Amino acid sequence: MTVDIDKVKGPSNSPAPAPEAIKAIPIRHYGRWVSAVVTLALLALLINAFAQGKVNWGAVPDYFFDKDILKGVRNTIWLTIVAMALGVVLGVVLAVMRLSKNPVTASIAWGYIWFFRGTPVYVQLLLWFNLGLVFEYINLGPIYQDEWSDFMTPFLAALLGLGLNEAAYMAEICRAGIQSVDEGQTEASHALGMSHTKTLRRVVLPQAMRMIVPPTGNEFINLLKTTSLVIAVQYYDLLQAATNVGQTSGGTVEMLFLAAIWYLVVTSVLSIGQFYLERRFARGSLRQLPPTPWQKVRANMLSLSNRGGTMGGGGA
Amino acid sequence: MTAMVKAEGVHKSFGAVQVLKGIDLEVAPREVFCLIGPSGSGKSTFLRCINHLEKVNAGRLYVDGDLVGYRQQGNKLHELRDREVAAQRRDIGMVFQRFNLFPHMTAVENVMEAPVHVKRESKAVARERALRLLDRVGLADKAGSYPAQLSGGQQQRVAIARALAMEPKLMLFDEPTSALDPELVGDVLDVMRDLAESGMTMIVVTHEMGFAREVGDALVFMDDGTVVETGHPRDVLTNPQRERTKSFLSKVL
Repeated sequence: MTVDIDKVKGPSNSPAPAPEAIKAIPIRHYGRWVSAVVTLALLALLINAFAQGKVNWGAVPDYFFDKDILKGVRNTIWLTIVAMALGVVLGVVLAVMRLSKNPVTASIAWGYIWFFRGTPVYVQLLLWFNLGLVFEYINLGPIYQDEWSDFMTPFLAALLGLGLNEAAYMAEICRAGIQSVDEGQTEASHALGMSHTKTLRRVVLPQAMRMIVPPTGNEFINLLKTTSLVIAVQYYDLLQAATNVGQTSGGTVEMLFLAAIWYLVVTSVLSIGQFYLERRFARGSLRQLPPTPWQKVRANMLSLSNRGGTMGGGGA
Repeated sequence: MTAMVKAEGVHKSFGAVQVLKGIDLEVAPREVFCLIGPSGSGKSTFLRCINHLEKVNAGRLYVDGDLVGYRQQGNKLHELRDREVAAQRRDIGMVFQRFNLFPHMTAVENVMEAPVHVKRESKAVARERALRLLDRVGLADKAGSYPAQLSGGQQQRVAIARALAMEPKLMLFDEPTSALDPELVGDVLDVMRDLAESGMTMIVVTHEMGFAREVGDALVFMDDGTVVETGHPRDVLTNPQRERTKSFLSKVL
C-alpha cells in the first residue's frame, strides 16, 4: 500500500518499484487429507486391539525399573560395548592385514572374514561355549591354567562369539573406508616426506572415518539387538532377565513388551550419539555442517515468530 | 657445480607399455626447467620418477648428487627403506594437477602438517611460517578455510605454500594450471613467477607456453617417451628444429 502512495506522489524518474510478492491460493491436496484420515483410523484400530487384548499393561511400568530388569539392561549394554570394542580393534587390524602386500597376512585375514561372516552368530556362540569338547584344559604356562568349563564363563563365550563375529564385518567396513580415500592423498602425503604409517594415521584414516562411522553406528545398534541371542550361552542379558521376571510374576508377554521398550530406548540413545559422531567427521567435506536437532528447533521457532510478526503487522 | 637433477638413460614401463625410453637431461640449480609435449608423452611420469613416486626400471636419476630411491654399494643397488625414501622427498616439493590438499584440514593446517609431523617443528613456529607463506601466495585471509570452501586457484596456491613449508631445494609442478578455470590460471602463474624470481629450482610440466617463454630458462619437448628437442624456451618455441616439435607447437600456439 505504501508502494502505491509512493507511485502517485513520488517523482516519475524514481527506480522501478520491486514487484509485488505473489499471494496465490494454494492447491488443496484432498488426497492427502483422505490418506491421513485412513491411516490414523487404522492406527486407532490397532491400538484398540492391543488395549483390549489379554495383556496386563499395568505390569510394564510396575516392573520397568525392577532390579533384575535393570541388571539385565546393564549387562546387555556392557556386553555390547565390550564386544564392539573387540570387533573394532580386531576389525581395523584385519582390514590393514587384508590390504597389506604380504600374501600370507592378506590370505589369513581373508580366511577369517570368510569363516566368521559365513556362519551364523548363534552357531558361533554355541561353538565357543562347547569348545570344551576339543580343549579340556586351557594351559597358558605360568600365566593361567584351568579347566575349559571354568575358563569359558557365559560372559566370555558371549564376548568372543559376538566380538569375533563383529570383527569380520568391521574389517570389511574399514577396508571399504580406507579404499575410498583418493590415491592422490597418499601421493601428496608421500611427496611431503611422510612415511607409510604416518600417511595412514594422519591422512588416510581421518578421511576413511567419514565412510566408516555411519555403518559402524548401524553395526553397534545391530549388535545391541543381537546380544539377545546370548541366552544360548546362559549369559544374564536383558532378554534373559525379562524372561525370568516374566516366569516368576506370571506375565511372560508383558515382560517381552517391557524388553522391547528397553531395547528401543537404548537404540534411540545410540542413534543420537551416531548423529553427532557423523557430524564431527564431516568437517571439511561439507561446506556447511547439517544443523543439530536443537538448531533446527531454534530455527523453526525463529521463522514462526517472524511470520507471526509480519502477519500481525498486516492486520494492524 | 653439481646439477640439481641429472637423468641418465631413464627407462620406465607400466607392464608391457614403455612410457620412458631413455631420458637424459640435466637441470642446473636456480633454473626454471619446462617440460612440454602431448599427453601420454611421459613428461608427468618422468616428473614422478624424480621424487620416487614411480620406480625407474633402468638408468639413473640423481637429485643434488644423490641417487634417487637406491643406495649404490660397489656395483650393487640396494633399495632404500621407506624412511630413507621419505627423507629424500623432504627436500623436493611437489604440486599436483588436482591439488590434493588434505580435505579434513584447514588451509593453514595443510601447510603446517609436514613441518610439524615430519620435521617435528613446534606448532607455534610452523603456524607462523605457514601464515607467512599463505600471505606470500595472497591467501592470508583464507587460513581458516577448508579446501572445499576455496576455489581451484586458491587451492592450488595453498598447495604451493604447503610444498614450500618444507623449504625444498627443488620444486616439481605437474600441470599445475590444467584443472583450473581460465581466469584463475593467472593467479597461480603469478605465484610461480614470483617463486622463480626468488631463485628456486623448478621443473614445470605445463601447457602454458606463455609462462614457459617468459619465465623458463630451459625447455624440453618430449614425445613418446623420448626427448625430442632441448633448448632455450624462446628458441624452441619460436624456431623449432624438428618436424615433430613444429607440428605440436602449430596445434597449441
